[in-house]
Amino acid sequence: MKKFGFSSIKPRVIDYDRNNRAVMEYIMENEPSFALCIGCGGCAATCSAAQFTDMSLRKLNILIKRGENDEVRRLMNKCMLCGKCTLVCPRGVNTRNVIFLTQQAFRKLDNYAV
Amino acid sequence: MPEQYDRHIIIVGAGAAGCTAAGQLAREGYRISLIEKENEPGGKVINWYQLFPDRRKSEEVLKYLRDEIDNPLINISLNTTVESIVKEDDRFIVTTTRGVLTAADAILMATGFDLFKPERKEEYGYGIYDDVITSVELEEKFHSGTVLTSKGVAPERVGIVHCVGSRDEKVGNFHCSKVCCVTAVKQAIEIREMLPGTEVFCFYMDMRMFGPYYEELYREAQEKWGVNFIRGKVSEASENIEGRLLVKVEDTLAGKPLKMQVDLLVLMIGMENSLSGKKIAGSLDLEIGINGFFSVLDNHYGNNQSNQAGVFFAGTCTAAMNITDTISHARASVVEIGRYLKSKEKRVVL
Repeated sequence: MKKFGFSSIKPRVIDYDRNNRAVMEYIMENEPSFALCIGCGGCAATCSAAQFTDMSLRKLNILIKRGENDEVRRLMNKCMLCGKCTLVCPRGVNTRNVIFLTQQAFRKLDNYAV
Repeated sequence: MPEQYDRHIIIVGAGAAGCTAAGQLAREGYRISLIEKENEPGGKVINWYQLFPDRRKSEEVLKYLRDEIDNPLINISLNTTVESIVKEDDRFIVTTTRGVLTAADAILMATGFDLFKPERKEEYGYGIYDDVITSVELEEKFHSGTVLTSKGVAPERVGIVHCVGSRDEKVGNFHCSKVCCVTAVKQAIEIREMLPGTEVFCFYMDMRMFGPYYEELYREAQEKWGVNFIRGKVSEASENIEGRLLVKVEDTLAGKPLKMQVDLLVLMIGMENSLSGKKIAGSLDLEIGINGFFSVLDNHYGNNQSNQAGVFFAGTCTAAMNITDTISHARASVVEIGRYLKSKEKRVVL
């Protein structure tokens, strides 16, 4: 079939009712402090990786909660698990464990050997 | 008999502010006429099921207010609206729907607030969709014992919209109504408690947890009750083909627009200066601030005084306040009224 150069663009809108939030449920179950994030951005400000990449744990937390998995996948591997964010968090969220569990959840989802 | 017994103060409004001030002034020996347009004292406190932050029953505070005005020096007129107040020399002539009251030595405006009319935010569909309700209507549902949609079933998901009629130039209100954020948190908890299977989402611009134990309640909502918070102002609500409400908002922390279906949408309607209070203000030449509430003489140390000597303010006719601050403000007005009346006495003696 002849191609005319058209392609469909994936909508940017978060379609909450269609998204899969299994990763969020996995984190909530294993690290309940995840619920306490207030989006202050303290974690992102101190993040070593954020100095050189677009890593933002503040944003990642929200994307996980909304089930925006493609972006979560892209961002989660930028973390070096240094744990500075955990020292900063005013709500006592175990942020390092959140990232760790996110990576673990995707390995489980993708059926990788853990 | 102390001198005070001759002094007569007219208080307009028998809500939290009016009842508190009336009780305290009567204890100090002043004669009080308390005028209320509704058929019972208590004002907007009557609307509540439970109060933030401790979720006590509103009846407890109502009882306190009604006990306060149980005093032979207080004469309460219910179902009575003040039409005008005119100052003649140092005395005030008050005309009500039930006739002219004897001249008063001082006036306390405790006229309170009106709730923002949510029809004015047409994009939220209040009055168009049956499952768009106000925070006050949700309190009524709590009173009835359960929260159901217009179809008579428990909602699977409830959305709560903060700042409806507040911080919104489009409806002419720049001010923050202060209590709606914590009300949303309280109501979200109550929904989760009554209907554990129901998801709750709060759509907020800022979480303004200004009072004692408010931030703790917010934390409890997240930690214990699993309430979800999305930072963004809802732009519109519409009904889809299945009769569910579709909410559009920017998830500002994700930096993306978001759409979500809910079964019940609760609008946290804000406070505006009451229309009935503003009408009286016209006859007294009271100044109105840019926020629509009465202008106080000084924002820091004179927020019970008006631009008219002998006319005082208590409560939410000057600014949005919670019940605690309203009661404190009303108590403070008692000191100012006493000082004013005593200064008058001295002048007579001299």
